[in-house]
Amino acid sequence: MSETRVLLEHIDEPDLHTIGVYERLGGYRSLRKALFEMSPEDVLHQLEESGLRGRGGAGFSMGKKASFIPKGTMDKYLCCNADESEPGAFKDRLLMQKNPHQLIEGCAIGSIAAGANKGFIFIRGEYSLQADILDVAVAEAYERGYLGARILGSDHSFDLVVHRGKGAYICGEETGLLDALEGKRGNPRLKPPFPANQGLYQGPTLINNVETLCNAPIIIENGADWYRSLGVGNSTGTKIVSISGNVQRPGNYEVELGISVRELIYGLAGGPPEGREIKCYFPGGSSAPVLTKDHLDVPYTFEAMAEAGSMLGSGSIIVVDDSQPLVPLALRLAEFYRHESCGKCVPCREGTNWTVKTLERIDEGEGTPMDLDILAQVQGNIIGNCLCVLGDSMAMPVGSMLEHFREEFEQHMEAARVRRDLQEMEAVGAAELAASETAGAL
Amino acid sequence: MSFERTPAAADEGALRSAPLPPGWDEAVRLEEDPAAIPDPADVDVPPDLRAEIEDYMTRYPDRHSATLPALGAAQRRHGWCSPEALLEVAVVMQVTPAYLSSVATFYDMLRTRPTGSRYVYVCTGVACHPRDAKAVYEAIVAAASEQGLEDVEIREFECLGACDMAPMASVDGRYVGPLREDDAPDLVSAVKERREVLPGRGLADPGYTVPPSPRQKPGPPEEPDVHPAGGTWKDAEVLDVPPAEGEERP
Repeated sequence: MSETRVLLEHIDEPDLHTIGVYERLGGYRSLRKALFEMSPEDVLHQLEESGLRGRGGAGFSMGKKASFIPKGTMDKYLCCNADESEPGAFKDRLLMQKNPHQLIEGCAIGSIAAGANKGFIFIRGEYSLQADILDVAVAEAYERGYLGARILGSDHSFDLVVHRGKGAYICGEETGLLDALEGKRGNPRLKPPFPANQGLYQGPTLINNVETLCNAPIIIENGADWYRSLGVGNSTGTKIVSISGNVQRPGNYEVELGISVRELIYGLAGGPPEGREIKCYFPGGSSAPVLTKDHLDVPYTFEAMAEAGSMLGSGSIIVVDDSQPLVPLALRLAEFYRHESCGKCVPCREGTNWTVKTLERIDEGEGTPMDLDILAQVQGNIIGNCLCVLGDSMAMPVGSMLEHFREEFEQHMEAARVRRDLQEMEAVGAAELAASETAGAL
Repeated sequence: MSFERTPAAADEGALRSAPLPPGWDEAVRLEEDPAAIPDPADVDVPPDLRAEIEDYMTRYPDRHSATLPALGAAQRRHGWCSPEALLEVAVVMQVTPAYLSSVATFYDMLRTRPTGSRYVYVCTGVACHPRDAKAVYEAIVAAASEQGLEDVEIREFECLGACDMAPMASVDGRYVGPLREDDAPDLVSAVKERREVLPGRGLADPGYTVPPSPRQKPGPPEEPDVHPAGGTWKDAEVLDVPPAEGEERP
């Protein structure tokens, strides 16, 4: 099996980011269809029927989420989550840089389904190139009447604003994103109420990932049945998989869900470097529990990944080869979540800090065998005890590394302890030597 | 009312193993009232900055949403979110400076210290880590101090969303990669002379693709397991005898 390019069909077309090229390749046809040939209920129904699941990490049905938006005349909002900060994920970057109009069209179609008249693309501040491209594309779309008041002469109005974040992983969490968009610190909110009822400015809000919204024009154009024919079971459609780490050809690959992980890592990404074996891999970004080389023949679907004890998440595979010691990797992972924890909930704020300190101790030869049990216990105390899943996102991979590679952690700890002891002995020996030399001189 | 730091509070830092973040012990000036929303008559704001912030405010149903872009604009002008920068934003947006500093301290890209008006973010995230990103970061820092690079903030940054380019860096928003340690002097001199950094190797460059990497530098070696009496510590613990001369153990 190889790539199945649906979202990325025209990605290599030169100047695809300009509206002329996008229109020539059939762009904005779906928006016309949704506006003039379908009712908003039909649009919503098609999205729901397609079985499209959110591509940002949680994997919740996009159509169902949109159907939760209450009917009525209140101000409703659409937010596109383009704050792609998950280590290992870089698919939205490609979609926005190369094909911004696909996203804009998806936002417009999503706004029809949700009945929203105002939309925001919340893009992470580090993606300045992509934000600039989106700014130009949005201006082009306004000029041609695809955005603004009474789109293409229909009754639907939709304004779209590109909003740049300023560097905070937590803003990828939907309620943290809303707070950041309202101009506050990006702290997640207590749920319920869910954003579909009370989100941005307390109004009903539909929040979707870039890739999810990019699928909307394709579903409207080809129909839900066609979309369901891709993929397997409840994992319908295609998925852009970002593969990185120790592989020969890292990059974005669009595949039908259901392809085996071995095919992804070895077939598409070229496998680990010459002479190396896979030690473990993160199947869904750094937040997903790691799987080992025994789990390479698992099909890449939401269900199979959950069954194997991990998750598909944002669809980003990070491969770690056998030359990499795991303790420094776990430490780096924990440091990331410690840095990005917003500090609102105690288990996450303290748990990430404890984990970093314990791993540092192990790495520096100060660890005791009890530390590994404490480490596992701390992870267990974080999971499910916070407002959002940032703490869980550290607890799950670190916990899984401990579970699969406990022996390596023990060996690393012991070896680091020996090295430290040797250094101390050398220091003592040098001091004694110096003392005896001084005595000899006298 | 005055606030003095007690010796006990000062000593607390010494007892901790990890260094505390800078500014942790900067006392709030409790004797002062918090600053109110500044009076437009008291603060001069450069007209272009005012126009930019006002433009941002018109884009949202609630003017507070313009906080992040407005702080970004003020930072571009002042190099960091200095007290003056916050005051200028506060007067245009009609919010308190305290509210703005609460926001500015949360976000990584807003500088609350004058660390440099330009930046080099080196990604050392989880996906760049197995590609030896730390060594690249250290090489860039070493090259910067060697060449005397000033007014540029060089820091390790959490995942920049370019794991295919690993290891990589963002130089004022220009993504370059994959980097090797020996790219560091060239990168730093380009930043210093305000040239384009590593032409042809940026994500924005036409025709850019990530080159395949069939061979990669292996990770750092495992800790050496050496028993002081010879052999490995692991074997010694199991057998409790030092290995004989010439003896080989599995």
